[in-house]
Amino acid sequence: MSRMRIVVAMSGGVDSSVAAALLRDEGHDVIGVSMQLYDQSEGQTSFGSCCSIDDLHDARRVAAAIDIPHYIVNFERQFDEQVVSNFVREYAAGRTPLPCAHCNSDLKFATLADRALGFGAAAVATGHYARVDCDAASGRYLLKRGIDPAKDQSYFLFSLTQDQLAVARFPVGGRPKDAVRDYARARRLPVADKPDSQEICFIPDNDYRSFVEKQLPGGPGDGTFVDERGRVLGTHEGIHRFTVGQRKGLRLASSTGTPMYVLALRPAEQQVVVGPRTSLEQTRLTASGVNWIAVEPAGSVQAHVQIRHRHQPAAATVRSLGDARAEVVFDVPQIAITPGQAVVFYDGDVVVGGGWID
Amino acid sequence: MRVYFDYNATTPLAPEVLDAVTRSSADVFGNASSIHRFGQQAKATLDEARSAVATLVGGDPSEVVFTSGGTEADNFAIRGAAEALEPTGRRHLIASAVEHEAVLNTFKALARRGWRTTLLPVGESGVVSPVRLREAITTETALVSVMHANNEIGTIQPIAALAEIAHEHGALMHTDAVQSAGKIPVDVRALGVDLLALSAHKFNGPKGAGVLWIKRGTRMQPAMTGGRHERNRRAGTENVPAIAGLGVAARLARGKLSAEGARVAALRDRLETQILATVPGTAVNGARDARVPNTTNISFDRVEAESLLIALDLEGVAVSTGSACSSGTLEPSHVLKAMGLPAHRTQNSLRFSLGMFSTDAEVDFVVGLLPRLVEKLRGLSRKVG
Repeated sequence: MSRMRIVVAMSGGVDSSVAAALLRDEGHDVIGVSMQLYDQSEGQTSFGSCCSIDDLHDARRVAAAIDIPHYIVNFERQFDEQVVSNFVREYAAGRTPLPCAHCNSDLKFATLADRALGFGAAAVATGHYARVDCDAASGRYLLKRGIDPAKDQSYFLFSLTQDQLAVARFPVGGRPKDAVRDYARARRLPVADKPDSQEICFIPDNDYRSFVEKQLPGGPGDGTFVDERGRVLGTHEGIHRFTVGQRKGLRLASSTGTPMYVLALRPAEQQVVVGPRTSLEQTRLTASGVNWIAVEPAGSVQAHVQIRHRHQPAAATVRSLGDARAEVVFDVPQIAITPGQAVVFYDGDVVVGGGWID
Repeated sequence: MRVYFDYNATTPLAPEVLDAVTRSSADVFGNASSIHRFGQQAKATLDEARSAVATLVGGDPSEVVFTSGGTEADNFAIRGAAEALEPTGRRHLIASAVEHEAVLNTFKALARRGWRTTLLPVGESGVVSPVRLREAITTETALVSVMHANNEIGTIQPIAALAEIAHEHGALMHTDAVQSAGKIPVDVRALGVDLLALSAHKFNGPKGAGVLWIKRGTRMQPAMTGGRHERNRRAGTENVPAIAGLGVAARLARGKLSAEGARVAALRDRLETQILATVPGTAVNGARDARVPNTTNISFDRVEAESLLIALDLEGVAVSTGSACSSGTLEPSHVLKAMGLPAHRTQNSLRFSLGMFSTDAEVDFVVGLLPRLVEKLRGLSRKVG
């Protein structure tokens, strides 16, 4: 690959650090950029409230170690408008949001990519485990799974457009995680042994419920548990506390003694519908905001369809409904199809497309 | 070409300063409080620097207290005066809204502990009006603190007029002269102040050395408690090499104040005029008449300052947006906000500050670069995807 200027989105984690190091070692003109996304300075109402987050410092240390320029850009406003507000709105609407996917398509490969072009960069790289190929036949950019199945993050990238994929680089996507760690150690990166992050970055203490409650205008609304026939079984403190398929924390005893699961959320009535596990099984879903990466099918196509990050893809028939909508019919029923999550259609390793579950 | 136009953040050492710091680091290791010859040698080094600073600001050497820098000097001035005057019932402090954080956040800290604080507004010029001080001051006011020159826009404040009003009401007058000392004439008697803070690294001296000038007879609580250094006003073993450098920097600055001021002003004016002429949608922030000679603050319509700063840096040109915060990201400038500028102008303004090693060739380089960079960033400011 010829030498080019590439902006790397550096989170301070090992994956994006190695992504930057790999590109640097390939001889590219690499610029590290970290995004300050939310204000972590606690309580202090100071002039110029700003924070010194450990992760940003880690990114800076890595940039120094591999000798590249590094900048921290302030995207607090954009992150709040494009990711956090959506997260809160989705919970309030009885859906279970996937903020990382929004952050990728609306921030990293939109606002940040925009900035990168302004700095004379030809590409934007991240530490995602995914791959991009150009399909010679169709001329389209294809998104593919990372080769480490345990780490693959293509699910979170389904909404990247052709323009975004054209400039996207995923340097670690072609490597297993172990190899990435080995590279970090061999390269003596200061984050080589840093644990992977698991939580949603802007949620303190992994407590999304309190976060949503603080952000909701008028506070959370109380509501009722009902069974499939509409009988009231008890009360709850807001539908945002529940997710389809959830079993824990319902504090309901069914008369028959069978475990109860959340089947659906009804925001208008503030109702949580509960029932036995068998009622969670569904064979059909529809999706909106569908992005076709390979090509929009004229009729229906067979695909392996994933409805959660950690879901074993299931065989299904996918049909475009037009207007960025699609219908998925599974060969066998699936447990807990959750509105608000992404549904991504795969043909082997290739992401055919994906959308948001209605 | 690498261009450093961020002299208000810090400056490179003058060669003579580097020499003084190196020599005293190597040769003068004694503790200035010691009685023996080693101590005497260190004490002599401090005294020499003390005299040079006194000459720079028109005070007496006995009134010069060395600190670790401008922030400590401002803290000392405000906390020291506030605590000393507390028993008299004077529990009110006044500053301008465009002060450095060293002053603003010290006010906040004291406000949390019960002091009443008032921030004087400024107009679009960035200048504090004496009328506003007259309206705010009372017989309970302990201290008025207004900077001599502003760090972001360079505006010079009417300190003498403000000091007169402060004294009419029995209050002390402090000025943060960190951005003026060494750049323009600073005379504590002419300004009529009781306290004045300065910092060596803003005029080609080393980091870690500053001064609080305290008018003789001013009642102050010590900044640090400990040994009997600095006439009991600032405990802690003096940083002799840095203070030696401060002394040399003060002497150098004093020696060529008017010639260097005129030279830098000519460069700054040419930079400013040519940017305004070649980049559409630009304007100078703040009054252009009463400014330190090295600073200009320019807003660029439809460009985020953060992006322009990074784009310039990638081309080798270092500028700033005023004060950066600890994570290094940019906040809307509190100075430009206080001047009543609209939100977009508080976020699209860059500060260019020149100094000792700035040249005509550097001005030409920056002027040659900016139109292209600005046009490129403006072309991308639409949303992608």
